[in-house]
Amino acid sequence: MESNVIYGINGPVVTVKNATCFSMMEMVYVGEEKLVGEIIGINDGFTTVQVYEETTGLKPGDPVVGTGSPMNVLLGPGIIDNIFDGIERPLKEIEKESGAFISRGSSVSSLDPEKKWNVTLKVRLGDKLKGGDIYATLPETPIIEHRLMVPPAISGTVVEIAPDGEYKIFDTVAKLRDDKGNVHDLSLCQKWPIRTPRPVKERLSATVPLITGQRVIDTLFPVSKGGTAAIPGGFGTGKTMTQHQLAKWCDADIIVYVGCGERGNEMSQVLDEFSELIDPKSNRPMTDRTVLIANTSNMPVAAREASIYTGLTLAEYYRDMGYHVAIMADSTSRWAEALREISGRLEEMPAEEGFPAYLPSRLSEFYERAGRANVLCGAEGSVTIIGAVSPQGSDFSEPVTQNTKRFTRCFWALDKALAYARHYPAINWIDSYSEYFTDLDPWFEKNQGKEFIKYRNKISYLLQEESRLMEIVKLIGSDVLPDDQKLVIETCRVIRVGFLQQNAFHADDTFVPLEKQKLMMKTILHLHKKAQKIISNAVPISQIIKLGLFDKLTKMKYDIPNNRLDMFDEYIKEIDEKLNSIE
Amino acid sequence: MVIDYVGVKEINGSLLVMDGIKGVSFEEIVDIRLENGTIRQGRVVQIDGERIVIQVFEGTKSIGLKGTKARLTGRPMEMPLSPEIIGRVLNGAGKPIDGLGDIFPVKRANINGTPINPVSRVYPKNYINTGISTIDTLMTLIRGQKLPIFSGSGMKHNELAVQIVRQAKISGANNKNFGIVFAAMGVKNDVAEYFRRSFEESGVLQRVVMLLNLSNDPIIERTLTPRCALTIAEYLAFELDMHILVIMTDMTSYAEALREFSSSKGEIPGRKGYPGYLYSDLASLYERAGMIKGHSGSVTQIPILTMPNDDITHPVPDLTGYITEGQIVLDRSLQGQGLYPPVSVLPSLSRLMKDGIGEGFTRADHSPLANQLFASYAKVIDARSLASVIGEEELSPIDKKYLQFGKLFEEKFVNQGDENRTIEQSLDLGWKLLSTLPRAELDRVDDEILDKFYVSQEV
Repeated sequence: MESNVIYGINGPVVTVKNATCFSMMEMVYVGEEKLVGEIIGINDGFTTVQVYEETTGLKPGDPVVGTGSPMNVLLGPGIIDNIFDGIERPLKEIEKESGAFISRGSSVSSLDPEKKWNVTLKVRLGDKLKGGDIYATLPETPIIEHRLMVPPAISGTVVEIAPDGEYKIFDTVAKLRDDKGNVHDLSLCQKWPIRTPRPVKERLSATVPLITGQRVIDTLFPVSKGGTAAIPGGFGTGKTMTQHQLAKWCDADIIVYVGCGERGNEMSQVLDEFSELIDPKSNRPMTDRTVLIANTSNMPVAAREASIYTGLTLAEYYRDMGYHVAIMADSTSRWAEALREISGRLEEMPAEEGFPAYLPSRLSEFYERAGRANVLCGAEGSVTIIGAVSPQGSDFSEPVTQNTKRFTRCFWALDKALAYARHYPAINWIDSYSEYFTDLDPWFEKNQGKEFIKYRNKISYLLQEESRLMEIVKLIGSDVLPDDQKLVIETCRVIRVGFLQQNAFHADDTFVPLEKQKLMMKTILHLHKKAQKIISNAVPISQIIKLGLFDKLTKMKYDIPNNRLDMFDEYIKEIDEKLNSIE
Repeated sequence: MVIDYVGVKEINGSLLVMDGIKGVSFEEIVDIRLENGTIRQGRVVQIDGERIVIQVFEGTKSIGLKGTKARLTGRPMEMPLSPEIIGRVLNGAGKPIDGLGDIFPVKRANINGTPINPVSRVYPKNYINTGISTIDTLMTLIRGQKLPIFSGSGMKHNELAVQIVRQAKISGANNKNFGIVFAAMGVKNDVAEYFRRSFEESGVLQRVVMLLNLSNDPIIERTLTPRCALTIAEYLAFELDMHILVIMTDMTSYAEALREFSSSKGEIPGRKGYPGYLYSDLASLYERAGMIKGHSGSVTQIPILTMPNDDITHPVPDLTGYITEGQIVLDRSLQGQGLYPPVSVLPSLSRLMKDGIGEGFTRADHSPLANQLFASYAKVIDARSLASVIGEEELSPIDKKYLQFGKLFEEKFVNQGDENRTIEQSLDLGWKLLSTLPRAELDRVDDEILDKFYVSQEV
């Protein structure tokens, strides 16, 4: 066996001279401490390795050992309710091993090899199985049933099977003989390379929305299950808060939250909050359906690059079981910067702003792994990607935001001015867009009725109108506007403060069901329509404002509990009575 | 066996290229002996077989190709640590310069530190009362937070930092455990002296560790200064269980030093010539703030940075804002009006405040009050821009009210001089000011709270 040694070191990039046995993207161990690395370049004389840990103290002459397989993750029970670093090492286990500070070369297993799972076998001797078929199930958490699937590349006949009972993840529970007579062991886990998308049977169109309970998203800029959305925003505009809200409340079965190059304190907040929060649907802590991947900004940069793919692979694994998975990546800009940093170390020719020329293709590969599909086992699953973007200098024309815009279909632009006024979520209703309307409208029509779409279009029309009027107001003040235009501004104030603005810390307002969203829109538009009619009869708007109805509607998000939707009828009645009195 | 290597091949800026060196490890410290016998220190920053690149901390001045010898120390850059370090003055590379002799180390630690495991962190919730209305009410500082001050040349950021130190000290429950690590990077001698004097006047000097890299000190040393400072802070906080406030000024000089080093190494520049890894590099400093399970100590950071041309989108403030948990932004026009501290309220923010205020921490009305102040003050700005177009006379009555509120807010609330206000005083003042607006305008507050705190002026 040929032994390879380090020749050069530059930051996280290590070169090996005259090596012939490595292949591209192969995972290697570097140095005496066995730091994890990946081959990222091979040429005539040199092989380039990116190392996922600090390289301080490495020496020329230290060994570099190949593993023969690409960078992969271990997939099996124990992923949910866990917190991993960028290359699927469990941080809780690392803490037990090395204390509060992360040491290098940690060799703990990704999933607990000793824990026993209560496995129920679903196949019988002689059954013919193909890739993706479920051969056993086990309860991973009280709400998630883990379904063990035949690895996609394997198929054959069951020749041996264990009885139901308790097994560890590496125990063999079944054996398959394929057409060529080879026997494959099936245990509770399998490996999968992180940069390869897992196969599906067929992709489905995006016709089911991901309900988030956030009014501005669900009504104005909805995203579908299996869709892609980008949240760009400068610092302090609430990207992370929005991601947290979505992770807490969206109606996916499983959440994969990737903290990619973000703050350590924020990750500990997520850990704290998610374990305390109770999911209203299952009455269980949020952690029972959440996987966290934490690669904070001071953890090694190469692992930051990998963390996005690790998250995606875990998400795809659960999708293949027939679950709807949403993956939050916070933030993809840090990932792009990791690409740039490594590209710079390799002295590659930079394109825009120092980013490598392959940035757009990497971004599109990433977002294309989202989708709703019929998976191999026959069920339906989806992966929805919601990526935060942190544009440099809050300038949306920078390369990461621009390229992300090309590959995502939902764009929730966060606005500094709104954030300064503490209007959260600070999603700007003029700059944002969703391309899913046409795909999703049939669903909304079926489940919420045609009027939902009608109300939404009207609200969005009024907001556009207001934005146009505000241009005039900025120049000459609001006093000179005619009353019907003043009414638009007044109604839009209610829409902005009473509807679009949502308080994440208010027990009722943090998650609002679609039904209530619809009734809120209905009530606001009812007032608008009524008032419009009265104004056309030359009643001055000041008289209508005096009635206090606009202020009352501004606060209805707090005043009407989510389970008292009947109260909207009283509101409508009150509007009618008060307005009739001045007509 | 100790080997003195000769064979300097190339000198470029602060970098020294040597050939024929064996057994060197990455980031190892190298002693460089000049022909005249002086010794300088350097660090290995790149290895290509037997050819290595050394970054010399004190600069390469008067180093020649001949007669220069290098000796490998076999260790990465380490900082000697002991409880006695409190009260000492060190240079930018952590060497004592106060004439009191070397530090007798209890332990040595690598200045690069190791990342804190996210699961071992304690989410910071304990607020620090700074006695400054704007900060306490609107951008509360939390123990274990990193909250930078974004300032510009000529603004009163140093005064603000000193005031925070002075007043935060007084309110701290366990004063004994309080300490300050002060890292000066490329600041003027006067500024360093100002800090020293202020620490002395407020009686905390014996609890301060000062690291001074003044503006005429070697640039490369500057890249070490914050790392040494944070290594000391981590030691004091997580081994001696102290509450450490780290003040680092000026981060812009630090970033410029990094740029100079990067360009002399021939790296591909990112934005404005700063290296592509500026984000990771800054993060490796800022992320060393926090609290960890099992220790009662904390590291709180207040980095100060001057925004070139007051531009908040400049790479240094921009990347800093993405890493830190909020920012305190100073404003030149407020300072011009003679207001101190000139805190620009709207762009300032504390991300950790939401969990450290309210019932049980400050007061139940704190959070709605802060939201309402932000929202109302944002409207003041709108009204002002409208007034600058159509004139104040033409404004609607409500907009005029806002103008009046804005003026009062800046003069009474933002402007406070040397006064030390309790949180109750600040909150009550906030309500008093909000009460100058009609009650219907306060749309961020529940009626229940308004009933209690809104004082109608129309009676």
